[in-house]
Amino acid sequence: MSSTFSLNGAERERLLAAHPQIFQRSFMQRWGLLVGLLVTLAYLVVCFFAFNVGPAFMSGRWDRASIYVQDWYSWRAQPRLRFQDGAVVPQWTSRGQYPADAKIDWLQPTPDGGYSVIYNGTENRLDVTPQQVDVYVDGTPYTVTINGDDVRLPSGAPANMVQDGSKVLVHYGFAGQAEIRSSQVYVQRRFLGWANFFFDTRSVFWGKSFGDLAWLATVGDRIDPARSNIGHMVDDFLGNTVWQHADILSKLLQTLVMAFVGTLLGTLTALPLAFIAARNITSSRLANWAMKRTFDFLRSIDMLIWALFFTRSFGPGPIPGIAAIFFTDTGALGKVYAEALENVDDKQREGVKSVGASPGLVNRFGVMPQVLPVFVSQSLYFWESNTRSATIIGAVGAGGIGLKLLEAMGTNADWDKVAYMVVLILFVVFAFDAMSNALRSRLIGARAH
Amino acid sequence: MAGLNAANLGSSAATVMHHYQQQLKVRRIYTIIAIAVFLIALFASLNFANNANSGKFFERLPYLFDFIKNFVPDSPMEIVRAMFDLPSPYADGSLKYDYTSDRHYITDSVYIPNFFYQLVITLNIALVSTIIGTTIAFVLCFFASTNLVGAGAVRWFTRRIMEVMRAFPEIVIAGLLTAILSIGPIAAIIAITVHTIGALGKLFFEVVENADMRPDEGLRAAGASWVERVRFAIVPQVLPNFVSYALLRAEINVRASTIIGAVGGGGIGEVFRLSIGRDHAAKTYAIVILLLIAIIAVDQFSAWLRRRLIGQQSFEFGRGAA
Repeated sequence: MSSTFSLNGAERERLLAAHPQIFQRSFMQRWGLLVGLLVTLAYLVVCFFAFNVGPAFMSGRWDRASIYVQDWYSWRAQPRLRFQDGAVVPQWTSRGQYPADAKIDWLQPTPDGGYSVIYNGTENRLDVTPQQVDVYVDGTPYTVTINGDDVRLPSGAPANMVQDGSKVLVHYGFAGQAEIRSSQVYVQRRFLGWANFFFDTRSVFWGKSFGDLAWLATVGDRIDPARSNIGHMVDDFLGNTVWQHADILSKLLQTLVMAFVGTLLGTLTALPLAFIAARNITSSRLANWAMKRTFDFLRSIDMLIWALFFTRSFGPGPIPGIAAIFFTDTGALGKVYAEALENVDDKQREGVKSVGASPGLVNRFGVMPQVLPVFVSQSLYFWESNTRSATIIGAVGAGGIGLKLLEAMGTNADWDKVAYMVVLILFVVFAFDAMSNALRSRLIGARAH
Repeated sequence: MAGLNAANLGSSAATVMHHYQQQLKVRRIYTIIAIAVFLIALFASLNFANNANSGKFFERLPYLFDFIKNFVPDSPMEIVRAMFDLPSPYADGSLKYDYTSDRHYITDSVYIPNFFYQLVITLNIALVSTIIGTTIAFVLCFFASTNLVGAGAVRWFTRRIMEVMRAFPEIVIAGLLTAILSIGPIAAIIAITVHTIGALGKLFFEVVENADMRPDEGLRAAGASWVERVRFAIVPQVLPNFVSYALLRAEINVRASTIIGAVGGGGIGEVFRLSIGRDHAAKTYAIVILLLIAIIAVDQFSAWLRRRLIGQQSFEFGRGAA
């Protein structure tokens, strides 16, 4: 490491003269990377201000963000406890998480006609009556009084109780919150998991434990004599009105069909056209040129344009999706195929030609065996990526799971359903990745991907 | 092959011939079964698609041609006027012929036509997300490669993160951020960036795993730290491939940002969706022409840049790897 290295003047001159490319590098060679980085950084800063990133993040509704993200893995029961004729009457939202006369252990009627809403054990609860609401925080009661139109916070209330105009807000963290108004108490009670994911409240299987369900499915008596319990369960599961399993699964299938049929038809069309476009196979320069420009045209018109164009003429559904994928893929695959064809080894073609084969047979036995693995592998790549694209062009109007996702997000109340669809999509994409990887490595050996 | 049969061959050759023919037969049966399965799947899918569509294929096919026939601007010049925001002689106060009100004025008299402005937004979304995504993927990929990271847990974790980022539907990210940040390009940028990190990260770490490890050994022998080994042994080898992949990704991102735009990310995608939905023929054609030119230009520019920076080899890989 510490060996001394000395250099005399003549030696120095000799080295400088012998290796000018090392000692006299141009400005770009010396500083190019730094200049490039600075330019990129400057560009990003300009974009930061041009796109108003700062103000957008400042005015973003992050309180909502936490609610939306919590909705992915938990659900809210949101009864409104209305004050009517001196009594408290619970009113439920249309999502119907409980049947009409269910006994709910966190919402219990009290002897004096009110209701008790339990958050974290009985130490954190609301006792609601039309005249006052007793808010218990860690066992200490705080009485919120209701006088006509005015709701007043007691003095000395803890930080999780807030006066907001003539309303009082109470926060219990993840367990939920309540909004005390003069006419009602709007309760939000949050639980982990997805409510009624398997059966909705109309189903006879609602509220049963997994053990009971397994028993019913295997050895239990038929609930409905006309059909088996398993069939009954499948019907009730698919017909779940809240989660719409049947609809979501059929939309997912539409998306998969779009990708599959679009890619397959694209492959079948691109295959013969690529033979026309390849210079070494079709000798007409004009045909080569025309076919290549056709591919470029099909490829360069965005999938979005094709999708919107065909949605306009065929109406929403998988057909525009198929058509959009078909047109773009014919262009993209045709280009790739033609390039592969132009790179084939000519010896095999000559061999087949020398025994007197017709041009068709030359292509079949001299060219196809060389390029088929590459073709199939490329098509599998496209299939994989189209499964993802089909979701997005679906959202633009071609239907399928993309549109369903967009609808669910538009309501801002169905984020649990969005999460469910995302899980389904991730599952399908991973399954397809694994499948096409396995197929590809069987076709062209494990090394090639 | 017709002249060959078992009769005029020796007994061992006849056995070989017999085996060959048997194998050929089995192979043909498999091929036929595979084709039949494919055809059944195809027709079942087509039937399903047709039933699920709101308009049936053969019923709606005549309307496709009607749509094309009726979707013609009043004069070819209308397309030019729509493109450059010039006033139209057909103006009747309706939105269809109102080209001038969306001008983006820089000074009192100089303006950028709306469609150009939107196109620039879309291109910028693609560029920004490519830059940020490439940077993050560059950092992540070294932690996912077998030859650089010994800890299996780190590698496994990094690869799973990349996979989820790659497969996570972009519209959900865009939709969630739109709900929080309100409509604008930021949601599109983040959605595309996330996808870019996943897609490029995978390609990058595969390149790193194929790198020659001899420079690394040399540096290790000289006592270099992990960061120094990566910087001086791996990065110089993989950088050309990385640049090439990043440029290919930029091309894909331009398309992605138009599509995300149509779903609510702003830019030319949204303008296009509105104009074709409202039957504004001249505006639609103007946007289609602009997009076509822009995408071809970006593709050509990226191909030129790749050839300049890396040479011809940059065209031999990475095709179709979306």
